[in-house]
Amino acid sequence: MLSYQFDWSIITSGKYHDWLVAGLKTTLQLSAISIVLSFLLGLLIAVMRMGHNRPARWFAHAYLEFFRNTPLLVQLFFWYFGSYKILPTAVNDWLNSVGFEFGAAVIALTIYTSAFIAEDIRSGVLSIPREQMEAARSAGFSYLRSMQYIILPQAVRITVPPLVNQFLNLAKNSSLAMTIGVMELTYQARQVESYTFKGFEAFTAATVVYVLLSLLITFLVNVYNEKVLNIHKGA
Amino acid sequence: MEQFFNTAVISDNFTYFMIGRFPNGPLGGLGLTLYLAVVSCILSFFGGLLLGLLSISRISWIRLPALACINLVRGMPLLMVIFWMYFLMPALFGKVPESQTVIMALSLFTSAYMSRIVVAGIEGIPKGQTEAAISTGLTHWQTMRYIVLPQGLRNMIPSFVNQFVSLIKDTSLAFIVGVSELTHVATQINNRTMAFPTEIFVFIAFVYFMLCYAFTSLSRWLEQRLAWRKAI
Repeated sequence: MLSYQFDWSIITSGKYHDWLVAGLKTTLQLSAISIVLSFLLGLLIAVMRMGHNRPARWFAHAYLEFFRNTPLLVQLFFWYFGSYKILPTAVNDWLNSVGFEFGAAVIALTIYTSAFIAEDIRSGVLSIPREQMEAARSAGFSYLRSMQYIILPQAVRITVPPLVNQFLNLAKNSSLAMTIGVMELTYQARQVESYTFKGFEAFTAATVVYVLLSLLITFLVNVYNEKVLNIHKGA
Repeated sequence: MEQFFNTAVISDNFTYFMIGRFPNGPLGGLGLTLYLAVVSCILSFFGGLLLGLLSISRISWIRLPALACINLVRGMPLLMVIFWMYFLMPALFGKVPESQTVIMALSLFTSAYMSRIVVAGIEGIPKGQTEAAISTGLTHWQTMRYIVLPQGLRNMIPSFVNQFVSLIKDTSLAFIVGVSELTHVATQINNRTMAFPTEIFVFIAFVYFMLCYAFTSLSRWLEQRLAWRKAI
Protein backbone atom coordinates (compact mmCIF):
# COMPACT_ATOMS: atom_id res chain seq x y z
CA MET A 1 0.00 0.00 0.00
CA LEU A 2 2.84 2.34 0.85
CA SER A 3 4.36 1.87 -2.58
CA TYR A 4 1.15 3.10 -4.24
CA GLN A 5 1.88 6.01 -6.57
CA PHE A 6 -0.94 8.46 -6.99
CA ASP A 7 -1.36 9.70 -10.52
CA TRP A 8 -4.20 12.15 -10.71
CA SER A 9 -3.30 13.20 -14.23
CA ILE A 10 -5.06 10.15 -15.69
CA ILE A 11 -8.45 11.48 -14.63
CA THR A 12 -7.89 15.12 -15.54
CA SER A 13 -6.90 14.60 -19.16
CA GLY A 14 -6.24 11.99 -21.82
CA LYS A 15 -7.97 8.80 -22.86
CA TYR A 16 -9.18 7.70 -19.42
CA HIS A 17 -10.56 11.14 -18.70
CA ASP A 18 -12.56 10.89 -21.93
CA TRP A 19 -13.89 7.50 -20.88
CA LEU A 20 -15.15 8.91 -17.60
CA VAL A 21 -16.76 11.88 -19.31
CA ALA A 22 -18.46 9.57 -21.80
CA GLY A 23 -19.67 7.50 -18.85
CA LEU A 24 -21.10 10.55 -17.14
CA LYS A 25 -22.90 11.47 -20.35
CA THR A 26 -24.45 8.02 -20.58
CA THR A 27 -25.50 8.17 -16.91
CA LEU A 28 -27.20 11.52 -17.42
CA GLN A 29 -28.81 10.42 -20.68
CA LEU A 30 -30.11 7.20 -19.16
CA SER A 31 -31.45 9.05 -16.10
CA ALA A 32 -33.04 11.85 -18.12
CA ILE A 33 -34.90 9.52 -20.50
CA SER A 34 -36.00 7.24 -17.66
CA ILE A 35 -37.20 10.03 -15.39
CA VAL A 36 -39.46 11.49 -18.08
CA LEU A 37 -40.92 8.10 -18.97
CA SER A 38 -41.31 7.04 -15.35
CA PHE A 39 -43.04 10.29 -14.48
CA LEU A 40 -45.64 9.69 -17.20
CA LEU A 41 -46.05 6.03 -16.26
CA GLY A 42 -46.15 6.88 -12.57
CA LEU A 43 -48.85 9.48 -13.15
CA LEU A 44 -50.94 6.93 -15.04
CA ILE A 45 -50.52 4.31 -12.32
CA ALA A 46 -51.34 6.84 -9.58
CA VAL A 47 -54.54 7.90 -11.33
CA MET A 48 -55.50 4.25 -11.84
CA ARG A 49 -54.76 3.51 -8.19
CA MET A 50 -57.02 6.29 -6.98
CA GLY A 51 -59.81 5.95 -9.55
CA HIS A 52 -63.11 4.14 -9.25
CA ASN A 53 -62.52 1.44 -11.84
CA ARG A 54 -62.03 -1.68 -9.74
CA PRO A 55 -59.87 -3.77 -12.14
CA ALA A 56 -57.65 -0.75 -12.86
CA ARG A 57 -57.27 -0.10 -9.15
CA TRP A 58 -56.43 -3.69 -8.47
CA PHE A 59 -53.91 -3.75 -11.30
CA ALA A 60 -52.23 -0.53 -10.09
CA HIS A 61 -52.08 -1.87 -6.54
CA ALA A 62 -50.45 -5.11 -7.66
CA TYR A 63 -48.05 -3.18 -9.89
CA LEU A 64 -46.96 -0.91 -7.04
CA GLU A 65 -46.46 -3.71 -4.55
CA PHE A 66 -44.66 -5.97 -6.97
CA PHE A 67 -42.16 -3.53 -8.43
CA ARG A 68 -41.42 -1.83 -5.12
CA ASN A 69 -40.75 -5.11 -3.36
CA THR A 70 -38.31 -6.72 -5.80
CA PRO A 71 -34.67 -5.71 -6.25
CA LEU A 72 -33.89 -3.46 -9.20
CA LEU A 73 -31.03 -5.74 -10.20
CA VAL A 74 -33.38 -8.71 -10.58
CA GLN A 75 -35.78 -6.61 -12.64
CA LEU A 76 -32.87 -5.48 -14.79
CA PHE A 77 -31.80 -9.07 -15.38
CA PHE A 78 -35.35 -10.03 -16.17
CA TRP A 79 -35.67 -7.35 -18.86
CA TYR A 80 -32.22 -8.04 -20.20
CA PHE A 81 -32.16 -11.85 -20.23
CA GLY A 82 -35.70 -13.01 -19.89
CA SER A 83 -38.05 -10.59 -21.58
CA TYR A 84 -37.68 -11.66 -25.22
CA LYS A 85 -40.27 -14.41 -24.73
CA ILE A 86 -43.03 -12.15 -23.48
CA LEU A 87 -42.34 -9.01 -25.54
CA PRO A 88 -43.94 -8.62 -28.98
CA THR A 89 -41.56 -8.96 -31.93
CA ALA A 90 -41.92 -5.27 -32.78
CA VAL A 91 -40.66 -4.26 -29.32
CA ASN A 92 -37.77 -6.72 -29.54
CA ASP A 93 -36.80 -5.30 -32.92
CA TRP A 94 -36.98 -1.77 -31.60
CA LEU A 95 -34.82 -2.73 -28.59
CA ASN A 96 -32.22 -4.27 -30.89
CA SER A 97 -32.17 -1.15 -33.01
CA VAL A 98 -31.55 1.25 -30.10
CA GLY A 99 -28.95 -0.96 -28.48
CA PHE A 100 -30.40 -3.71 -26.37
CA GLU A 101 -28.45 -2.96 -23.18
CA PHE A 102 -29.50 0.65 -23.11
CA GLY A 103 -33.11 -0.17 -23.99
CA ALA A 104 -33.37 -2.84 -21.30
CA ALA A 105 -31.87 -0.45 -18.74
CA VAL A 106 -34.39 2.24 -19.69
CA ILE A 107 -37.30 -0.20 -19.35
CA ALA A 108 -36.12 -1.56 -16.00
CA LEU A 109 -35.31 1.85 -14.49
CA THR A 110 -38.54 3.36 -15.80
CA ILE A 111 -40.77 0.66 -14.39
CA TYR A 112 -38.95 0.51 -11.06
CA THR A 113 -38.96 4.29 -10.58
CA SER A 114 -42.54 4.73 -11.81
CA ALA A 115 -43.78 2.66 -8.87
CA PHE A 116 -42.05 5.02 -6.42
CA ILE A 117 -43.20 8.11 -8.31
CA ALA A 118 -46.79 6.86 -8.33
CA GLU A 119 -46.67 6.59 -4.53
CA ASP A 120 -45.20 10.11 -4.26
CA ILE A 121 -47.94 11.50 -6.49
CA ARG A 122 -50.57 9.60 -4.55
CA SER A 123 -49.44 11.01 -1.22
CA GLY A 124 -49.38 14.46 -2.86
CA VAL A 125 -52.97 14.02 -4.02
CA LEU A 126 -54.08 12.64 -0.65
CA SER A 127 -52.73 15.79 0.99
CA ILE A 128 -55.21 17.91 -1.03
CA PRO A 129 -58.43 18.19 1.03
CA ARG A 130 -61.25 15.92 -0.15
CA GLU A 131 -63.64 18.85 -0.35
CA GLN A 132 -61.79 20.13 -3.42
CA MET A 133 -62.63 16.97 -5.32
CA GLU A 134 -66.23 17.08 -4.09
CA ALA A 135 -66.56 20.74 -5.07
CA ALA A 136 -65.11 20.05 -8.51
CA ARG A 137 -67.42 17.11 -9.06
CA SER A 138 -70.46 19.09 -7.95
CA ALA A 139 -69.44 21.90 -10.32
CA GLY A 140 -69.90 19.37 -13.10
CA PHE A 141 -66.33 18.21 -13.79
CA SER A 142 -65.89 14.50 -14.49
CA TYR A 143 -63.49 12.54 -12.26
CA LEU A 144 -60.67 12.78 -14.81
CA ARG A 145 -61.28 16.48 -15.50
CA SER A 146 -61.35 17.31 -11.76
CA MET A 147 -58.04 15.48 -11.46
CA GLN A 148 -56.64 17.29 -14.48
CA TYR A 149 -57.70 20.84 -13.62
CA ILE A 150 -58.13 20.94 -9.84
CA ILE A 151 -56.28 18.23 -7.97
CA LEU A 152 -53.16 17.38 -10.01
CA PRO A 153 -51.88 20.96 -10.55
CA GLN A 154 -51.86 21.47 -6.79
CA ALA A 155 -50.59 18.00 -6.02
CA VAL A 156 -47.74 18.23 -8.54
CA ARG A 157 -46.61 21.48 -6.94
CA ILE A 158 -46.00 19.81 -3.59
CA THR A 159 -44.76 16.61 -5.24
CA VAL A 160 -41.86 18.39 -6.97
CA PRO A 161 -39.32 17.86 -4.15
CA PRO A 162 -39.92 14.09 -3.84
CA LEU A 163 -39.88 13.81 -7.63
CA VAL A 164 -36.55 15.61 -7.87
CA ASN A 165 -35.23 13.23 -5.21
CA GLN A 166 -36.46 10.34 -7.32
CA PHE A 167 -34.37 11.70 -10.16
CA LEU A 168 -31.36 11.61 -7.86
CA ASN A 169 -32.18 8.04 -6.85
CA LEU A 170 -32.55 7.18 -10.51
CA ALA A 171 -29.15 8.64 -11.37
CA LYS A 172 -27.62 6.55 -8.57
CA ASN A 173 -29.61 3.44 -9.47
CA SER A 174 -28.54 3.75 -13.09
CA SER A 175 -25.12 2.54 -11.91
CA LEU A 176 -26.65 -0.95 -11.82
CA ALA A 177 -26.91 -0.81 -15.61
CA MET A 178 -23.19 -1.60 -15.68
CA THR A 179 -24.06 -5.21 -14.83
CA ILE A 180 -25.68 -5.63 -18.24
CA GLY A 181 -22.93 -3.73 -20.02
CA VAL A 182 -24.23 -0.18 -20.33
CA MET A 183 -21.12 1.97 -20.32
CA GLU A 184 -22.17 4.50 -17.72
CA LEU A 185 -20.05 6.25 -15.10
CA THR A 186 -19.51 3.34 -12.70
CA TYR A 187 -18.76 0.99 -15.58
CA GLN A 188 -16.15 3.39 -16.92
CA ALA A 189 -14.58 3.88 -13.49
CA ARG A 190 -14.27 0.12 -13.21
CA GLN A 191 -12.88 0.00 -16.74
CA VAL A 192 -10.23 2.62 -15.97
CA GLU A 193 -9.28 0.64 -12.86
CA SER A 194 -8.79 -2.58 -14.79
CA TYR A 195 -6.75 -0.88 -17.53
CA THR A 196 -4.49 1.22 -15.33
CA PHE A 197 -4.68 -0.26 -11.79
CA LYS A 198 -5.39 3.31 -10.68
CA GLY A 199 -8.61 2.34 -8.94
CA PHE A 200 -8.27 4.94 -6.23
CA GLU A 201 -8.19 7.82 -8.71
CA ALA A 202 -10.92 6.41 -10.94
CA PHE A 203 -13.34 5.69 -8.08
CA THR A 204 -12.61 9.07 -6.52
CA ALA A 205 -13.52 10.80 -9.77
CA ALA A 206 -16.79 8.88 -10.08
CA THR A 207 -17.64 9.41 -6.40
CA VAL A 208 -16.99 13.14 -6.62
CA VAL A 209 -19.31 13.39 -9.62
CA TYR A 210 -22.11 11.47 -7.89
CA VAL A 211 -21.76 13.43 -4.66
CA LEU A 212 -21.70 16.78 -6.48
CA LEU A 213 -24.84 15.81 -8.39
CA SER A 214 -26.50 14.85 -5.13
CA LEU A 215 -25.46 18.08 -3.36
CA LEU A 216 -26.67 20.15 -6.29
CA ILE A 217 -30.06 18.46 -6.30
CA THR A 218 -30.43 18.72 -2.52
CA PHE A 219 -29.60 22.41 -2.77
CA LEU A 220 -32.20 22.95 -5.51
CA VAL A 221 -34.86 21.13 -3.47
CA ASN A 222 -34.09 23.30 -0.44
CA VAL A 223 -34.40 26.46 -2.53
CA TYR A 224 -37.70 25.24 -3.98
CA ASN A 225 -39.02 24.40 -0.52
CA GLU A 226 -38.17 27.85 0.79
CA LYS A 227 -39.10 30.00 -2.20
CA VAL A 228 -42.12 28.15 -3.61
CA LEU A 229 -43.62 26.17 -0.77
CA ASN A 230 -42.50 28.51 2.02
CA ILE A 231 -41.28 25.63 4.16
CA HIS A 232 -38.38 26.68 6.31
CA LYS A 233 -36.03 24.21 7.89
CA GLY A 234 -36.50 23.86 11.62
CA ALA A 235 -39.83 25.66 11.54
CA MET B 1 -44.37 -27.19 -28.97
CA GLU B 2 -42.09 -25.51 -26.50
CA GLN B 3 -43.54 -25.22 -23.04
CA PHE B 4 -44.20 -21.57 -22.19
CA PHE B 5 -43.14 -21.68 -18.58
CA ASN B 6 -40.72 -24.47 -17.76
CA THR B 7 -41.06 -25.28 -14.07
CA ALA B 8 -38.57 -28.14 -14.14
CA VAL B 9 -35.59 -25.77 -14.13
CA ILE B 10 -36.91 -24.32 -10.87
CA SER B 11 -37.80 -27.57 -9.15
CA ASP B 12 -34.56 -29.30 -10.19
CA ASN B 13 -32.47 -26.51 -8.70
CA PHE B 14 -34.77 -25.62 -5.83
CA THR B 15 -32.41 -26.57 -3.00
CA TYR B 16 -29.57 -24.76 -4.73
CA PHE B 17 -31.73 -21.63 -4.99
CA MET B 18 -32.60 -21.83 -1.31
CA ILE B 19 -29.36 -22.74 0.48
CA GLY B 20 -26.67 -23.15 -2.17
CA ARG B 21 -24.26 -26.00 -1.44
CA PHE B 22 -24.93 -25.62 2.25
CA PRO B 23 -24.48 -28.86 4.17
CA ASN B 24 -21.43 -29.80 2.05
CA GLY B 25 -20.18 -26.32 1.29
CA PRO B 26 -20.71 -22.66 2.10
CA LEU B 27 -24.21 -21.27 2.57
CA GLY B 28 -25.63 -19.67 -0.56
CA GLY B 29 -28.83 -18.66 -2.28
CA LEU B 30 -31.73 -17.30 -0.26
CA GLY B 31 -30.06 -18.40 2.99
CA LEU B 32 -27.04 -16.22 2.30
CA THR B 33 -29.28 -13.33 1.21
CA LEU B 34 -31.03 -13.47 4.58
CA TYR B 35 -27.75 -13.83 6.46
CA LEU B 36 -26.29 -10.76 4.72
CA ALA B 37 -29.46 -8.76 5.33
CA VAL B 38 -29.80 -9.68 9.02
CA VAL B 39 -26.15 -9.12 9.92
CA SER B 40 -26.01 -5.81 8.03
CA CYS B 41 -29.28 -4.75 9.61
CA ILE B 42 -27.97 -5.29 13.14
CA LEU B 43 -24.69 -3.53 12.40
CA SER B 44 -26.37 -0.61 10.66
CA PHE B 45 -28.84 -0.20 13.52
CA PHE B 46 -25.95 0.62 15.84
CA GLY B 47 -24.08 2.49 13.11
CA GLY B 48 -27.16 4.57 12.35
CA LEU B 49 -27.80 5.27 16.03
CA LEU B 50 -24.21 6.41 16.51
CA LEU B 51 -24.10 8.54 13.35
CA GLY B 52 -27.52 9.99 14.14
CA LEU B 53 -26.52 11.01 17.66
CA LEU B 54 -23.19 12.43 16.48
CA SER B 55 -24.88 14.41 13.73
CA ILE B 56 -27.07 16.30 16.22
CA SER B 57 -24.30 16.88 18.72
CA ARG B 58 -23.93 20.50 19.84
CA ILE B 59 -20.14 20.29 19.49
CA SER B 60 -19.32 21.32 15.93
CA TRP B 61 -16.15 19.26 15.49
CA ILE B 62 -18.20 16.14 16.24
CA ARG B 63 -21.29 17.16 14.29
CA LEU B 64 -19.66 18.33 11.06
CA PRO B 65 -17.55 15.24 10.31
CA ALA B 66 -20.58 13.04 11.04
CA LEU B 67 -22.75 15.10 8.69
CA ALA B 68 -20.07 15.03 6.01
CA CYS B 69 -19.80 11.26 6.30
CA ILE B 70 -23.60 10.82 6.09
CA ASN B 71 -23.95 13.08 3.07
CA LEU B 72 -20.99 11.53 1.31
CA VAL B 73 -22.43 8.02 1.64
CA ARG B 74 -25.96 9.10 0.78
CA GLY B 75 -24.65 10.81 -2.34
CA MET B 76 -23.05 7.65 -3.67
CA PRO B 77 -24.70 4.72 -5.36
CA LEU B 78 -24.49 1.53 -3.28
CA LEU B 79 -22.54 -0.10 -6.07
CA MET B 80 -19.84 2.54 -5.67
CA VAL B 81 -19.70 1.92 -1.88
CA ILE B 82 -19.27 -1.79 -2.57
CA PHE B 83 -16.43 -1.11 -5.02
CA TRP B 84 -14.72 1.17 -2.53
CA MET B 85 -14.90 -1.48 0.17
CA TYR B 86 -13.85 -4.20 -2.21
CA PHE B 87 -10.85 -2.16 -3.14
CA LEU B 88 -9.91 -0.56 0.21
CA MET B 89 -10.50 -3.41 2.68
CA PRO B 90 -7.71 -5.64 1.29
CA ALA B 91 -5.36 -2.63 1.18
CA LEU B 92 -6.07 -1.86 4.85
CA PHE B 93 -6.70 -5.26 6.45
CA GLY B 94 -5.15 -7.78 4.08
CA LYS B 95 -7.29 -10.57 2.67
CA VAL B 96 -10.98 -10.19 3.56
CA PRO B 97 -13.71 -12.58 2.36
CA GLU B 98 -16.10 -11.04 -0.20
CA SER B 99 -19.15 -11.63 1.96
CA GLN B 100 -17.59 -9.57 4.76
CA THR B 101 -16.71 -6.82 2.31
CA VAL B 102 -20.34 -6.71 1.24
CA ILE B 103 -21.58 -6.72 4.84
CA MET B 104 -19.31 -3.75 5.61
CA ALA B 105 -20.50 -1.88 2.51
CA LEU B 106 -24.18 -2.58 3.20
CA SER B 107 -23.81 -1.61 6.85
CA LEU B 108 -22.05 1.64 6.07
CA PHE B 109 -24.57 2.53 3.37
CA THR B 110 -27.62 1.66 5.46
CA SER B 111 -26.19 3.36 8.58
CA ALA B 112 -26.20 6.66 6.71
CA TYR B 113 -29.89 6.22 5.89
CA MET B 114 -30.73 4.88 9.37
CA SER B 115 -29.11 7.94 10.94
CA ARG B 116 -31.72 10.14 9.27
CA ILE B 117 -34.50 7.95 10.69
CA VAL B 118 -32.91 8.22 14.14
CA VAL B 119 -32.71 12.02 13.88
CA ALA B 120 -36.34 12.23 12.73
CA GLY B 121 -37.40 9.99 15.61
CA ILE B 122 -35.54 12.10 18.16
CA GLU B 123 -36.94 15.33 16.73
CA GLY B 124 -40.43 13.82 16.88
CA ILE B 125 -40.33 13.76 20.70
CA PRO B 126 -41.78 17.01 22.10
CA LYS B 127 -39.19 19.47 23.42
CA GLY B 128 -41.06 19.72 26.71
CA GLN B 129 -39.90 16.20 27.57
CA THR B 130 -36.23 17.14 27.26
CA GLU B 131 -36.76 20.33 29.22
CA ALA B 132 -38.64 18.49 31.96
CA ALA B 133 -35.92 15.85 32.17
CA ILE B 134 -33.13 18.41 32.36
CA SER B 135 -34.97 20.40 35.02
CA THR B 136 -35.28 17.25 37.18
CA GLY B 137 -31.49 17.16 37.19
CA LEU B 138 -30.68 14.61 34.50
CA THR B 139 -27.64 15.35 32.36
CA HIS B 140 -28.00 15.81 28.61
CA TRP B 141 -26.78 12.28 27.94
CA GLN B 142 -29.07 10.76 30.62
CA THR B 143 -32.04 12.59 29.09
CA MET B 144 -31.24 11.07 25.71
CA ARG B 145 -30.61 7.61 27.16
CA TYR B 146 -33.63 7.31 29.50
CA ILE B 147 -36.26 9.73 28.18
CA VAL B 148 -35.91 10.55 24.49
CA LEU B 149 -34.44 7.41 22.92
CA PRO B 150 -36.81 4.83 24.47
CA GLN B 151 -39.82 6.73 23.10
CA GLY B 152 -38.15 7.80 19.88
CA LEU B 153 -36.89 4.33 19.01
CA ARG B 154 -40.38 2.89 19.36
CA ASN B 155 -41.70 5.37 16.83
CA MET B 156 -38.85 4.50 14.49
CA ILE B 157 -39.69 0.78 14.34
CA PRO B 158 -41.83 0.97 11.16
CA SER B 159 -39.11 2.94 9.35
CA PHE B 160 -36.51 0.45 10.51
CA VAL B 161 -38.55 -2.39 9.07
CA ASN B 162 -38.81 -0.49 5.76
CA GLN B 163 -35.07 -0.03 5.80
CA PHE B 164 -34.68 -3.77 6.35
CA VAL B 165 -36.78 -4.36 3.21
CA SER B 166 -34.44 -2.06 1.26
CA LEU B 167 -31.54 -3.99 2.71
CA ILE B 168 -32.95 -7.32 1.49
CA LYS B 169 -33.26 -5.81 -1.97
CA ASP B 170 -29.79 -4.30 -1.76
CA THR B 171 -28.14 -7.62 -0.93
CA SER B 172 -28.71 -8.53 -4.57
CA LEU B 173 -25.79 -6.22 -5.41
CA ALA B 174 -23.46 -8.63 -3.62
CA PHE B 175 -23.66 -10.44 -6.94
CA ILE B 176 -21.20 -7.95 -8.41
CA VAL B 177 -18.29 -9.11 -6.25
CA GLY B 178 -19.20 -12.76 -6.61
CA VAL B 179 -20.95 -13.51 -3.32
CA SER B 180 -23.25 -16.43 -4.08
CA GLU B 181 -26.53 -15.02 -2.75
CA LEU B 182 -29.87 -15.53 -4.47
CA THR B 183 -29.26 -13.30 -7.52
CA HIS B 184 -25.79 -14.72 -8.07
CA VAL B 185 -27.13 -18.27 -7.81
CA ALA B 186 -29.81 -17.35 -10.35
CA THR B 187 -27.28 -16.02 -12.86
CA GLN B 188 -25.18 -19.15 -12.31
CA ILE B 189 -28.12 -21.41 -13.05
CA ASN B 190 -29.05 -19.20 -15.97
CA ASN B 191 -25.56 -19.49 -17.42
CA ARG B 192 -25.57 -23.25 -16.97
CA THR B 193 -29.02 -24.03 -18.35
CA MET B 194 -28.93 -21.29 -21.01
CA ALA B 195 -32.54 -21.67 -22.18
CA PHE B 196 -34.73 -20.50 -19.28
CA PRO B 197 -33.88 -16.93 -18.26
CA THR B 198 -37.54 -15.87 -18.06
CA GLU B 199 -38.46 -18.68 -15.67
CA ILE B 200 -35.41 -18.19 -13.45
CA PHE B 201 -35.68 -14.43 -13.06
CA VAL B 202 -39.45 -14.43 -12.62
CA PHE B 203 -39.02 -17.08 -9.93
CA ILE B 204 -36.41 -15.19 -7.91
CA ALA B 205 -38.36 -11.95 -8.35
CA PHE B 206 -41.28 -13.73 -6.67
CA VAL B 207 -39.07 -15.07 -3.89
CA TYR B 208 -37.79 -11.55 -3.15
CA PHE B 209 -41.29 -10.20 -3.50
CA MET B 210 -42.82 -12.58 -0.96
CA LEU B 211 -40.06 -11.87 1.54
CA CYS B 212 -40.16 -8.09 1.13
CA TYR B 213 -43.93 -7.92 0.95
CA ALA B 214 -44.21 -9.77 4.26
CA PHE B 215 -41.98 -7.18 5.93
CA THR B 216 -43.68 -4.24 4.20
CA SER B 217 -47.01 -5.48 5.53
CA LEU B 218 -45.49 -5.88 8.99
CA SER B 219 -44.26 -2.30 8.87
CA ARG B 220 -47.72 -1.01 7.88
CA TRP B 221 -49.34 -3.01 10.66
CA LEU B 222 -46.85 -1.64 13.20
CA GLU B 223 -47.45 1.87 11.97
CA GLN B 224 -51.20 1.51 12.49
CA ARG B 225 -50.69 0.01 15.92
CA LEU B 226 -48.38 2.85 16.95
CA ALA B 227 -50.85 5.43 15.64
CA TRP B 228 -53.54 3.71 17.68
CA ARG B 229 -51.37 3.68 20.81
CA LYS B 230 -50.67 7.36 20.43
CA ALA B 231 -54.36 8.13 20.01
CA ILE B 232 -55.30 6.82 23.47
